[in-house]
Amino acid sequence: MNRFDYVRPRTVAEAVAAGAEPGSAFLAAGTNLLDLMKIGVARPARLVDLNHLPGLSSIEALPDGGLRIGAQIRNADLAHHAQVVRRFPAVAEALLSGASAQLRNAATVGGNLLQRTRCSYFQDTASACNKRAPGSGCDARGGDNRLHAVLGWSESCIATNPSDFCVALAAFDAVVEIEGPAGRREIPLRDFHRLPGSTPDRETDLAPGELIVALRLPGEAAGFAPHSRYVKLRERTSYAFAVVSAAAGLRIEDGRIAAARLALGGVAAKPWRATAAEAALVGAAPGADAFRAAAGLALAEAKPSGDNAFKIELARRIAVRALILAAAGTPARLPALPASPFAPIPGGLHG
Amino acid sequence: MSLSVTLTINHVPRTIDLDDPRVTLLDLLRERLNLTGTKKGCDRGQCGACTILLDGRRVNACLALAISHDGAEVLTIEGLAQGDTLHPVQAAFIAHDALQCGFCTPGQIMSAVGLIGEGQAGTDPERVREGMSGNLCRCAAYRGITEAVVEATQAMTTQQEAA
Ligand SMILES: Cc1cc2nc3c(=O)[nH]c(=O)nc-3n(C[C@H](O)[C@H](O)[C@H](O)COP(=O)(O)OP(=O)(O)OC[C@H]3O[C@@H](n4cnc5c(N)ncnc54)[C@H](O)[C@@H]3O)c2cc1C
Ligand code: SF4
Ligand code: FES
Ligand code: FES
Repeated sequence: MNRFDYVRPRTVAEAVAAGAEPGSAFLAAGTNLLDLMKIGVARPARLVDLNHLPGLSSIEALPDGGLRIGAQIRNADLAHHAQVVRRFPAVAEALLSGASAQLRNAATVGGNLLQRTRCSYFQDTASACNKRAPGSGCDARGGDNRLHAVLGWSESCIATNPSDFCVALAAFDAVVEIEGPAGRREIPLRDFHRLPGSTPDRETDLAPGELIVALRLPGEAAGFAPHSRYVKLRERTSYAFAVVSAAAGLRIEDGRIAAARLALGGVAAKPWRATAAEAALVGAAPGADAFRAAAGLALAEAKPSGDNAFKIELARRIAVRALILAAAGTPARLPALPASPFAPIPGGLHG
Repeated sequence: MSLSVTLTINHVPRTIDLDDPRVTLLDLLRERLNLTGTKKGCDRGQCGACTILLDGRRVNACLALAISHDGAEVLTIEGLAQGDTLHPVQAAFIAHDALQCGFCTPGQIMSAVGLIGEGQAGTDPERVREGMSGNLCRCAAYRGITEAVVEATQAMTTQQEAA
């Protein structure tokens, strides 16, 4: 790890000013940042510690029935918050499927949104990587790329975004509140992460010094609570990143789908909101036929970026499964293994 | 700014001068305070051997910067027993032979104490396994670990009801 200066701002304004200095990085729990510093991938000159800042650690109910969640709220506290469990259950399920209990106790909302890709060439400073060292190339092309992107990738970079949380946030229209040198602004979570294009080093819309202060879940999304699920396929039973995942929500009225939400994880550099699939579901009777057609639309543009064509079919099946489970109803209590695709599926249907 | 950090470690308040901001809680415990019960397996958040309770919550000490936790309370495996009386989780690990080489054990035990405190798993073995999945065991003592955690949960619930 490189040597760095440590600063502990007392106000958001101080944090923004310190964060805007060249070479600064915000320190939340550090579960991603310190990890990357240990392997020399992140080399900040200055850590601006967010852990002693007032005002970033509360969850407030909003007049529209939504929630405003401070950036320093820990992933575990959010997942077990009574209002989140009741009104935004797929967000809780996504959070609880990520990492381990220890990491969730530490990891923050802001840090989860900004965690970096798990591409192994990005993590290995001896490899070429356009994201870590712009212009150096991409060793994942032609390398070990089974788990890389099938949607939205470019010749420059085929990495995926690893966050489970963000997939549910994208599905349910969360909004990111930001405080920066130029003042306050907000960005829908769906537009927060960027596709790589020719600048994979620019992963989000944030400018230097811009601090995430909160995340908003709109009250409208709570309308999906009775029919919301997150489903995640991993290479081991627990404590692993998603190979592919899906967040699904349905509003069912008189036996027909009145509104649908679907986002996919593990497929692209950003959580992948499947709007065409959502539109196709409106008016349909909830059932395997409609869900298969929707999943087909969600993956219509997918193409392998390497040895990963299998992920396209897998993502389709996980999307179908998430929709079937959502239609069956949100369980009163999360299953022992949150988001597991091995949970029994009503009617014994296979995705 | 001065790099000094005040922590309550195993019930004793201590102020420690740091010559370097890079020190993690894990390195502080092991290398500066000689509390080597907390183990370093991966040093990257992947194995759980370094699990401690920080303000009562289980976390990985290897991914926590000491200076950032000024004012916190730390509990390690060394602070768990009360004199010669083992903590119920420690006793259950012995009773169920929940270890082989023992390297992962301090982390497993601290994680189990955290899990029981969280109250989400109860005595359902599936929920215990999922709740303990952040602690790897190369010797694969998982069966004994799950049994020990279930038994300790029962013992601690009975104790609480009696009190
Ligand atoms: C072994 C392991 C397994 C994991 N498995 C999963 C998994 O299955 N699913 C999953 O989703 N995640 C997983 N994670 C990742 C984990 O979720 C992230 O490490 C965590 O969410 C990051 O949060 P943090 O508070 O520690 O962020 P930090 O590491 O402190 O920060 C991460 C980044 O965000 C920036 N940042 C933090 N807060 C702010 C803010 N308020 N404003 C602006 N910038 C900010 C930092 O500067 C840094 O660049 C895993 C991690 C590990 C180590
Ligand atoms: S896929 Fe992206 S992150 Fe991975 S090596 Fe290529 S450029 Fe780097
Ligand atoms: S040493 Fe901390 S998790 Fe492995
Ligand atoms: S007892 Fe050997 S690693 Fe767990």
